Amino acid sequence: MQDKQAYLDAIQLVLDEAKAQGASACECAMGVEAGLSASVRLGEVETLEYHQDKGLGITVYLGQSKGSASTSDLSADSIKQTVSAACGIAKYTAADECAGLPEKDRLAWDYPDLDLYHAWDVQAEQALELAKECEDHARAFDKRISNSEGATTSSHRGNHFYANSHGFIGHYPSSRHSVVCSVIAQDEQGMQRDYWYTASRNPKELESMRQIGETAAKRAVARLNARQLPTGQWPVLFTPDTAIGLVGHFIRGIRGGSLYRKTSFLLDSLGEQIFPDWIHMDEQPHIKAALGSAPFDSEGVATQSRDLVKAGVVQAYVLDTYSARRLNMETTGNAGGVHNLTLESSGHSYEDLLSQMGTGLIVTDLMGQGVNNVTGTYSRGAAGFWLENGEIQFPVHEITIASNLKEMFKGIIAVGNDMDHRRNIRTGSILVDKMTIAGE
Amino acid sequence: MSDTIEIAKATFLNPFGLQESDLNQTLAKIMSPGGVDDADLYFQHTHYESWSLEDGRVKDGSFGIESGVGVRAVNGEKTGFAYSDDISLAALEKSAQTVRAIARQGQSQSVQAWTGMQTGHQLYQALDPLGSLSQEQKIALLESVDVEARKQDPRIKQVMVSMASSRDVILVAAADGTLAADVRPLVRLSVSVVAEQNGRREQGSSGGGGRTEYDFFLNQDRGLEYAREAVRQALLNLEAVDAPAGNMKVVLGSGWPGVLLHEAIGHGLEGDFNRKGSSAFSGRIGEKVASPICTVVDDGTLSGRRGSLNIDDEGTPTQVTTLIENGILKNYMQDKLNARLMGMKPTGNGRRESYAHLPLPRMTNTYMLAGEHDPEEIIASVDKGIYAANFGGGQVDITSGKFVFSASEAYLIENGKITQPVRGATLIGNGPDVLTRVSMVGSDMNLDKGVGTCGKDGQSVPVGVGQPTLKVDGLTVGGTSA
Repeated sequence: MQDKQAYLDAIQLVLDEAKAQGASACECAMGVEAGLSASVRLGEVETLEYHQDKGLGITVYLGQSKGSASTSDLSADSIKQTVSAACGIAKYTAADECAGLPEKDRLAWDYPDLDLYHAWDVQAEQALELAKECEDHARAFDKRISNSEGATTSSHRGNHFYANSHGFIGHYPSSRHSVVCSVIAQDEQGMQRDYWYTASRNPKELESMRQIGETAAKRAVARLNARQLPTGQWPVLFTPDTAIGLVGHFIRGIRGGSLYRKTSFLLDSLGEQIFPDWIHMDEQPHIKAALGSAPFDSEGVATQSRDLVKAGVVQAYVLDTYSARRLNMETTGNAGGVHNLTLESSGHSYEDLLSQMGTGLIVTDLMGQGVNNVTGTYSRGAAGFWLENGEIQFPVHEITIASNLKEMFKGIIAVGNDMDHRRNIRTGSILVDKMTIAGE
Repeated sequence: MSDTIEIAKATFLNPFGLQESDLNQTLAKIMSPGGVDDADLYFQHTHYESWSLEDGRVKDGSFGIESGVGVRAVNGEKTGFAYSDDISLAALEKSAQTVRAIARQGQSQSVQAWTGMQTGHQLYQALDPLGSLSQEQKIALLESVDVEARKQDPRIKQVMVSMASSRDVILVAAADGTLAADVRPLVRLSVSVVAEQNGRREQGSSGGGGRTEYDFFLNQDRGLEYAREAVRQALLNLEAVDAPAGNMKVVLGSGWPGVLLHEAIGHGLEGDFNRKGSSAFSGRIGEKVASPICTVVDDGTLSGRRGSLNIDDEGTPTQVTTLIENGILKNYMQDKLNARLMGMKPTGNGRRESYAHLPLPRMTNTYMLAGEHDPEEIIASVDKGIYAANFGGGQVDITSGKFVFSASEAYLIENGKITQPVRGATLIGNGPDVLTRVSMVGSDMNLDKGVGTCGKDGQSVPVGVGQPTLKVDGLTVGGTSA
């Protein structure tokens, strides 16, 4: 990036200015992004959006008191004012013995190049053409595809900078390219919509437009003529894109913020058996070119590979510097979240899981936020398919599935090898022994 | 209001050496080569702050400024959009050039002359809430809320309070002759508590706000009332038993439970989905979609409310739009683009999260008008069911019509009486027919307290909801107890 030196200069000005204004410590993060989103609907251009964003966030410490401020204006005047605003807040916030920068030796002084930036010189015309191709495949797939919400090609590139008054300055470029398609199927019973997408840091690794379009169409058509189920208790199979949420609820439960505030259903779970004894979960922040990779976290702390769950037992929490100090622990390099968290498969294919479940509910879509992190109570809207003797019988919707997360985790029977790599959390399908389905 | 016009000019024009004629000429650069139906410029300057308290101390605070200009060109159903955080004639011209990428071959179009800057309604003043209390007073307010929560009950183990405010200045200039400005204050205070008893922990929360200044929370002890309400909910949840599962009669409380209307019918009546035919309500104007006792409106004109706007983000004054009248579907909510394509009028519902986002048809304050029944009479009419007094958020699939919303405070009703509190549960239903099963509507219409945020296409905007107590004769309750 040609302006890199200008951004580094701006960051240096932040650090110098903070010192000059009396801050005992300072950190700042800056993101600079540019990109394009091109949408096509029913074969015609719908929107063409050009994105250009930059933002600078500054945190200062006056002793143990903290204040933050942000701006998108990187002029010297604006930077001085923003530092002054942060100091103005720190003058009033209460001192907190746990506040402050990460320990110096935890910073990523020598961070790896993770191959996170892959240029894609895609112009509007080509982006629109790809989106059109994707949507065309979806619309041609089945006569019942009656309408479309369109297809969108997006390409974004950015540079991320982090620096603090320990003398650390880290930065790395990254990219994210994607194509998403959403279509509507219709029959005499009504309409159903579904979507599919591909996303990658490297444009060469995007799935084919045919694959995305046809998957979106197949999913929408398969939902037609859905019905409710009678209320009862059944096994539930979460497909990978919904299973990611389940793993996410676990992560939220072992995050430092939830633990020190005692707002987690997994308090004191370190060393406890939360899952069946064959479950293994790890974090691999340095996978080359992966969407969830990062050389350092949002506090400049070096990220590292580690086990979170071994033989069903919680090995470590997900901590940033502040929450770690509150818990008398050390940061795990997770300020800002986890990086490529993977739930290991039990070796079963999706088809194995269907025959293993026999009769029960396959969940392909979840709705609402009915998960209570304090109690683990789980109750969400769902749609999917009813399975009998390992065979799909009919699509279902307008039902809820409910249980408690602790019971659901203990009740995991198998994890499929149909791994979804598009998100920060990677898992295959998850089969849970029993949940309450509410319907008719 | 002249204040608003002065502030807008002092924010976007004078400091950058821009004149109204520069805006006109930028629009002309988009329009005059032809092939574009409409174009607009959206200038925005927002500054905001937030303060948060935990462990009895205010330990975090932040301040931020965002400003920029979004430039849009529209050709039929096609939209070209670019934005910049740099406000200057050069940046405007560059964006103007970029958005013409969607132009077709066509005749030159002129820019309509504007007749002075419009400011719409006067639902709130052109205030800057950030400076409405001193820093000491803000901290004292947060601390008083914490103290109030803790003194209610020794079982309260954790109290988290956050307070935020912003001032949003906007200026819209469009080729259709619109030149309009607004200055939008917004404040919010939220309390969340954790109660513990015999190893069981439960959460309760409350909050409120509006388009005003921080003293809103001092008046009528509102801040302290939020603290007491959060504690009441947490303690109640300590006693809650498992929620039932299955289809049953549900009585919904007044106020925030109006999130039912927002999800079940509101989104489905937004113009974009109906123009595209992707909503379960598409093509159904004039049809019966609710029982005759239901009348639902979207009203952007309520004084000082979180969801209210003097003008929408396209410069159209907000209005009261009747969505459902005595059970019959009457109107959709429109922005300019979708109104034009559907041959309808804009309804003041064109909203955007910021200059870096495109406007979409969005709700403002959506509520059901009062009916004739006493709320107690409604509860007494139910043999077996649940009373859901308060909710968290919800979600809808506008195409299938299925929607969910999650109760945060609910009770069993047995033989016409409220008996036991039950754990939170998600309720699921079908938008186009849930209101046909409304059999009683209360006389106690209430609006929510002012903390609602709605998400659509990745854009968040503040909204309001409201309703009287009402009874639905069959809704699926997602508990665990069969």
